[in-house]
Amino acid sequence: MALVEHVRHSPEEAPAEISKATAATYWRRTSSLMLLMLGIWFVFSFAIHLFAPSLNAIHVLGFPLGFYMAAQGSLIVFVLQLVWFARAQNKIDEDLGVAEE
Amino acid sequence: MALSFKGDFTNNLGKIYGVYTGGFAVFVLLLALLEQVGVPDRVIGYLFIFLTIGVYAYIGIISRTAVVTEYYVAGRSVPALYNGMATGSDWMSAASFIGMAGSLYALGYGGLAFILGWTGGFVLVAILLAPYLRKFGQYTVPDFLGARYGGNVARFCGVIVLITASFVYVVAQIVGVGIITQRFLDVPFLAAVFIGLAGILVCSMLGGMRAVTWTQVAQYIILIVAYLIPAILMSVKVTGVPIPQLMYGTALEKIEALEAAMRAAGQVVPYHVAAFTTPNGQFSMNLAINFFALVFCLMVGTASLPHILMRYFTTPSVREARSSVAWGLFFIFLLYFTAPAYAAFAKLEIYQNLIGQRIADLPTIAPWLKNWQLMSPYGVNWINIVDRNNDGILQLAEFAIHPDVIVLATPEIAGLPYVIAGLVAAGGLAAALSTADGLLLAIANALSHDLYYRMVDPNAPTGRRLIVSRVLLLVVAVAAAWTAGTAGSDILFLVAWAFSIAAAGLFAALVMGVWYKGTTNAGAILGMIVGYVVTFGYLMHTEFYGLHFMEIFGTKEAILGAYRQFVGIAVIPAELKAPIQALIANPAQIQDGPLAGWLFWSDSIVLRNRVVGRLWGLNNISGGIFGVPLAFLTIYVVSKVTRAPSQAMQDFIDSIRVPKGGVRLADARQGVKE
Repeated sequence: MALVEHVRHSPEEAPAEISKATAATYWRRTSSLMLLMLGIWFVFSFAIHLFAPSLNAIHVLGFPLGFYMAAQGSLIVFVLQLVWFARAQNKIDEDLGVAEE
Repeated sequence: MALSFKGDFTNNLGKIYGVYTGGFAVFVLLLALLEQVGVPDRVIGYLFIFLTIGVYAYIGIISRTAVVTEYYVAGRSVPALYNGMATGSDWMSAASFIGMAGSLYALGYGGLAFILGWTGGFVLVAILLAPYLRKFGQYTVPDFLGARYGGNVARFCGVIVLITASFVYVVAQIVGVGIITQRFLDVPFLAAVFIGLAGILVCSMLGGMRAVTWTQVAQYIILIVAYLIPAILMSVKVTGVPIPQLMYGTALEKIEALEAAMRAAGQVVPYHVAAFTTPNGQFSMNLAINFFALVFCLMVGTASLPHILMRYFTTPSVREARSSVAWGLFFIFLLYFTAPAYAAFAKLEIYQNLIGQRIADLPTIAPWLKNWQLMSPYGVNWINIVDRNNDGILQLAEFAIHPDVIVLATPEIAGLPYVIAGLVAAGGLAAALSTADGLLLAIANALSHDLYYRMVDPNAPTGRRLIVSRVLLLVVAVAAAWTAGTAGSDILFLVAWAFSIAAAGLFAALVMGVWYKGTTNAGAILGMIVGYVVTFGYLMHTEFYGLHFMEIFGTKEAILGAYRQFVGIAVIPAELKAPIQALIANPAQIQDGPLAGWLFWSDSIVLRNRVVGRLWGLNNISGGIFGVPLAFLTIYVVSKVTRAPSQAMQDFIDSIRVPKGGVRLADARQGVKE
């Protein structure tokens, strides 16, 4: 009961045969990407806002920088970060031949 | 519009929603024209509300389905972009649309915790959960817990957390629908609630996830247009440039100058842009800690709320699931980076043009004020002006405004035609309805799929399963509406609880299920229970039994302080105060709480006419700050001392970690047939 052709992963689909070495490399690279992404997330969710009182002394276009980072700056980083993450993870999938057909 | 939902529908999405958006623009222009020729405001309001609900109902009805996979996961055929839009409206509730800008107006920098928390959480969703849940690919979040952690005990824990978090949340959405409908249709609150309920049910009942998805896309388009247009027009009015997100910087600068002038005149003015600063200008460590604790709880809660996570079961592939989180965050970002502009423009307008004026002149300076100096469903006036010092001049302390007014009244403050106010109402309604739809479906699916089909009657035929789903949807919806109608706006603060409850109950078990192969069934089950009980218990205890909480965790000074706060609350009847007054009269009798000491300390504040306890000075809105780490710790420690998962389970984890191929279930009974 597929609506369109590119629906994948029906429950009846056979698991992929992937060598242990490939699986290990894949998960190592995926984990490094995850840690890098969490690092960026942590900096722009928490670390940078610790300095909000000092950053507020700097004004750009009227915006105090500390306020700006929490109101817009960090949000822009989150959006760009997810676009980058999706691309980087796709590349890992393709490099190791574990992407969906 | 002859739309065929067979095959070609998903290929024509751009065309269909393009026509829909154009049609909506024509509809708004038509109403603007009607207003110019003298059609009364009331009629414009009715047309906006009933025509938009009518369109959602139409989409809901043509998306009806009798196929299980369509009903639960929209046939797994929702492209990333559209799943992103659906996530956006699923996510942005009445609290985001109406409440957020108002919170920023009231709290200044402190309110930005909501902006950060409700966006940054999607980073966790994308990186840690969405791709793996999509690969796992069944119908619900408890399905994953059941398959990963050995069956129905884990599944049941997931269902309990899901229902607790989602139910308080959906009740708040229905209250939001009631508040908007009541204001624009001028009907009693209870009637407004049930009109909203009809709008919610007609979208989800016949078509389940498929219908909810395609109405949510339609609702996103309306809510984002309705949010951006007044902000753009307001920006033109205040700064002459139609880019509010860029131009409110100048408004912030002027606000700072006006605040400084008021302070120089001896008034106490809360700081708008200064971070972690009390109204008298002191840096406050407690404000900083609560800010970061709230950001943390909202982010982790975002990544644990099942009505959001279940959206990632609907994309065609793992790859699309990842990019759909990015799209979803982008669509949410469009609203959230505009909200602070609303707050800044409204504050500038009020500080600049109202404060310091003669109160007798206000009706001519700001004719919009009179539309809001009346009773709100919250039991206070929307705007209340009282000349306390009888000098005939309006001071800041004499001007009380309910936060919701900021978004709802912006069209009038900017002097825009009523049609824009109607547009805002339609947008707020779309935001509340879409979130309520997603939440109700999450609850009903947990009950019908996880409890009934998986645990009670695994051999139930498809037809009966779908009937049970629909009946439960109706039952849950009526229960939520009944609660909303009875409790009204008193329960809106519960929304924030949903995040902490979901975060503490589900996040650790979901993340460790994917990322730590050694997680055992016992570890995960105990972790969920500990996280849920600690967090929910802390919330209930501090909120409703604040004095008792203080008697356990407070020093004798803190306990005495809490007693004094209690007898100072005007609405508490004298007979309840009498025993507490007796305790205050004899302070030598008060002992330190049994747990007060080197590890624990606590204080209390008066909120919502209750004495609310705070362990380590943390507001209970951030209750998840205790439960989340405890859940991780419990899972890790118990997993270390119980027998490691079987090879079959490890193979299962391996198979959901890679996008390619099918899933190798450890227990075939956990499979679904499509």
